[in-house]
Amino acid sequence: MLAYLIRRLIQAALILLGVSFITFFLLFVLPADPVRQIAGRSATPETVANIRHQLGLDQPFIVQYWHYLTGLVQGDMGRSYLQKTEVATLIAARLPATLLLMLGAIVAELIMGLTLGIVAAIRRGGALDQSLMITSFVAVSAPQFVVGLLLLYVFAVKLSWFPIGGYGSFSNLVLPALTLGIMGSGWYSRMMRSSMIDVLRSDYIRTARAKGLRRFRVLALHAMPNAILPIIAMIGIDIGIFMSGIVVVESVFGWPGIGQLAWQAIQRVDIPIIMGVTLVSACAIVLGNLLADLITPFIDPRIKLR
Amino acid sequence: MTDATLAEGPARPQSALRRLMRRKLALLGFAIIAIVTLGAIFAPWIAPFEPQEQMFDGLTLEGSPMPPGEKFWLGTDLLGRDLFSRILYGARTSLIIGVVANGLALIIGTLIGVTAGYFRGWIGAVLMRFTDLMMAFPALLLAICLAAIFTPSLWIVAMVIALVNWVQTARVVFTETSALAEREFVAAERTLGAGTLRILFRHILPHLVPMIIVWGTLGISTTVLLEATLSYLGVGVQPPTPSWGNIIFENQTYFQAAPWLVFIPGAAILLLALSFNLVGDALRDVLDPTQRGRE
Repeated sequence: MLAYLIRRLIQAALILLGVSFITFFLLFVLPADPVRQIAGRSATPETVANIRHQLGLDQPFIVQYWHYLTGLVQGDMGRSYLQKTEVATLIAARLPATLLLMLGAIVAELIMGLTLGIVAAIRRGGALDQSLMITSFVAVSAPQFVVGLLLLYVFAVKLSWFPIGGYGSFSNLVLPALTLGIMGSGWYSRMMRSSMIDVLRSDYIRTARAKGLRRFRVLALHAMPNAILPIIAMIGIDIGIFMSGIVVVESVFGWPGIGQLAWQAIQRVDIPIIMGVTLVSACAIVLGNLLADLITPFIDPRIKLR
Repeated sequence: MTDATLAEGPARPQSALRRLMRRKLALLGFAIIAIVTLGAIFAPWIAPFEPQEQMFDGLTLEGSPMPPGEKFWLGTDLLGRDLFSRILYGARTSLIIGVVANGLALIIGTLIGVTAGYFRGWIGAVLMRFTDLMMAFPALLLAICLAAIFTPSLWIVAMVIALVNWVQTARVVFTETSALAEREFVAAERTLGAGTLRILFRHILPHLVPMIIVWGTLGISTTVLLEATLSYLGVGVQPPTPSWGNIIFENQTYFQAAPWLVFIPGAAILLLALSFNLVGDALRDVLDPTQRGRE
């Protein structure tokens, strides 16, 4: 177990190294000039050259990358070009909002997905099952920005149940979390349905029924816990999917997280921030996948880690 | 009874097609895809107005867009252009990118997956580690960065999406190919002196076709959604070329007053992505023998 963990962590470090290299390279060949953004349009060529030199952007690619990497190892993610603040500070200030949003989305997708899946499995083959499965397809096929705008329009503009944007209270969280969670709820309901159907076919459920236990007891205490377990392992993988979603959802709702930070940085060519957010996201994705793999053998002892 | 006997062998095209025809949802998906495709092809003849034309009577006296009505079936946008015509032309964008980007992604993914799965060794290791690396990228951020590097045109957006989306295909093809490469019939071919290319093209690829068809269909849905998202963020297909995503991008500031400008193109994106998902899912049930009988 320990050897496995160490090997996976080394792999993760190598993957992050690769991600940092590719992102740094992509941003290096970017035609948009960050110095122009900092200096403004009216700057003289001398000022531009000066700023370029100060930021070290006149050095060759490999020198710049080495510089960044050595800083990174010491926990220094560089300074934002435009905000004159440490990138680490900016990200640390925004991260709680994003984590809260993701947590909300996980709760939302589990509640919606598991409920729909269980109901569909119990009513398997019926009209309710079919319409629930169509619903899950719609959830998976809906573009997040449209879902976000629709929820905003119906529940914030028309019904005024929730605020239009903002951050700080539970009511601010509901719509963004639902938007981020809807796609996942579609996947979860399909997985939950087939997991539940498999469990309902198994011998121990037949035994429980044969013992004369009530239907509700069999479903709630024998079938559901076993059907839900394999699905819990998927939450780690969700983190990776959320990392794309937050850029859209945070920009629709004006949610002050790292997705919005990245999106603003991309528009202003603030390279250190783009680098920082990409690396933090990649970290989250790698750790999420690792977590999913680590949980699996606890849930199903038949699976051994290799 | 016929179903049980059919289930024995590999999926035969004819029986697969017959089983597919029995699925109402897949047929519905097919119908929607057909309608959108026809609409896109014949857009110049169907569209009541030029998609770029800013019409004087396309705005109210106060300068607001017109709601759906008799002359402008789906209303007009902020510049007084006919929304129905723009949606029709936008279908071209979605379909072209869906097919081209996804086709490219499938080709890249299959090449990498087959090479890694058949040759293994250090080539396979390098290719699969690279695939792992790509999996760790936040896909949307990567696509946005790539789109910012190459000034986005229709084809560039397609290429960007392909560069982001090949990873899943590569992983699935890799697993399948490495399983196939272990099988007796491949070893037998090798002993008989068949060349590598012959084994790959005559024996490995044909086995991968059903899976590639399924992933290809499901992938179009992902591609359509990614294009719409990029265009919605303003880094995808650029105006004035209409795309369902950039119609929403152009009009979203006004969406409380003119919700149709956001929700009609939004519904179009949803319907198209949904149709490809429905067809892809049915194809998987029909073509993949391991999934059979799980309805």
